[in-house]
Amino acid sequence: MARLEYSKKVLEHFTNPRNVGEMKDADSVGTVGNPVCGDMMELSIKVTDDRIADIRFRTFGCASAIATTSMLTEIVKGKTLKEAEELKWDDVVSNLDGLPPVKVHCSLLAVEGLKIALYNYYKKRGIDRPDLAPKETEAEHVHSDEGPSCV
Amino acid sequence: MNRVYMDSTTAMPVRPEVLEVMLPYFTVHYGNPSSIHEDGKMPRMAMDDARGHVAGLIGASPEEVVFTSGATESINLALKGALYAGREGRKGIVITAVDHRAVTATAASMERKGYFLRELAVDHYGKARLDSAMDLLTKDISILSVPFASGEVGTHQPLKELASLAHDVGALVHVDLTMSALMEPFDVRSFDIDLATLSSADLMGPRGVGALYVRKGVRIEHLLSGGGHERGLRSGSENVPGIVGMGEASRIARERMGTDPPMVLSLRDGLISGLTQIEDSYLNGHPTDRLPQNANIRFQYIEGESMLLLLDLNGISVASGSACAQKNLEPSKTLISMGLKHEEAHGSLQFSLSPYTTKADTGRVLDVMPGIVEELRKLSPLTGR
Repeated sequence: MARLEYSKKVLEHFTNPRNVGEMKDADSVGTVGNPVCGDMMELSIKVTDDRIADIRFRTFGCASAIATTSMLTEIVKGKTLKEAEELKWDDVVSNLDGLPPVKVHCSLLAVEGLKIALYNYYKKRGIDRPDLAPKETEAEHVHSDEGPSCV
Repeated sequence: MNRVYMDSTTAMPVRPEVLEVMLPYFTVHYGNPSSIHEDGKMPRMAMDDARGHVAGLIGASPEEVVFTSGATESINLALKGALYAGREGRKGIVITAVDHRAVTATAASMERKGYFLRELAVDHYGKARLDSAMDLLTKDISILSVPFASGEVGTHQPLKELASLAHDVGALVHVDLTMSALMEPFDVRSFDIDLATLSSADLMGPRGVGALYVRKGVRIEHLLSGGGHERGLRSGSENVPGIVGMGEASRIARERMGTDPPMVLSLRDGLISGLTQIEDSYLNGHPTDRLPQNANIRFQYIEGESMLLLLDLNGISVASGSACAQKNLEPSKTLISMGLKHEEAHGSLQFSLSPYTTKADTGRVLDVMPGIVEELRKLSPLTGR
């Protein structure tokens, strides 16, 4: 069902994802999502002079999750921390020429992962930024007899 | 480059020879089989022939075959029809954890109407457990519904044992033959079955037509009221071209039962063997006691829709158990009920073959799959954890 509903840009980023991998000397790492729910993302950043000098990601998830994260890394690389903090989901998705409605859920993690990476970066430096803190619903998926709640 | 189609569970082509016998019933022999005049005669005779072929495929008598609009309607008619018929006040329905949604949704809708629903547990191969059946089949059960094999992971169900347990408490037994009829010989008498669902589309016949076997003497309530067609069980002017097509598809399936399934099974075994050689890749379902056309494989650390899409871009069509490939974002219930972890269900692919599958097709899949898995694992934070 999915192929025709994805834009060319989504397919292009999905098949040639940018900035993939682990970063051994990362200044901060943001991890978000849960493999139980079918999507999990890890975003590593290297900061120089208050700018995101380098960024790497790894994603377990569908084409939408992978393409969104790839696009996000392209957008924020070289940006100041303040600019990165202000990044919105809309900015990423509009750069991908949109997503099928059913796939919006899978694309939210990317921006959330970046926020958590920034939160952890500031925290290491003794700065509390509750506005960037992980949302509980994303960080800890609720488990019940019915299985996890993944929305 | 020709595409490789490995999603036969979802749709199959109509055999050209089937289409050919159908065509005159659209334009030449278009009469209504209920008509007494001459123009009703050919359609009537053709329907009788078709009924005979469908009955022949499953060892039934022609008068035990009721034509419907497809498997979903047949399942609704069997399950609701049995409950609505009353049957000594029995209010219960038992299904399995690996049934198709047509069964689970029908059963759930009856539960909302005040009937009660129980679900047989399955083992890690996806086979219904007999101890669960002994617990759940009580004297207030009206009907047990079970697939011949899980459509998704292919594992055969212990049908004879389940039918015997159900009959011991006076329940009817419905078997869903949708996924198995093309590739597995079946006989309603030797399995001691009361109701059986068949789908024309899954026999390589046209869509929009199916059948319900109703054993002689078994009383169910009709769902559609009208002109009393099909012994009163399915009113509505008959879809004669469709029924003719289903008849021909059934005839060919029976004729080729000795040749097509072994060929498909051999190709499928090659596919399973090749795919499970990829590191951390495993077969879902029973290794041998399974549908010949089905290979359901889980590839650890990666997600099904991503694999499906990369295969698609390589010209290969498959299905996925991943939530992200479903509209409802739920992982496959069958895989979860077998005890797979959610992330394993998300990483499972279903390859389903047909009599048209070739060695070149399975070869193409085996050529491209290792590279796809490797690329996605490079991307995954779960790899090597």
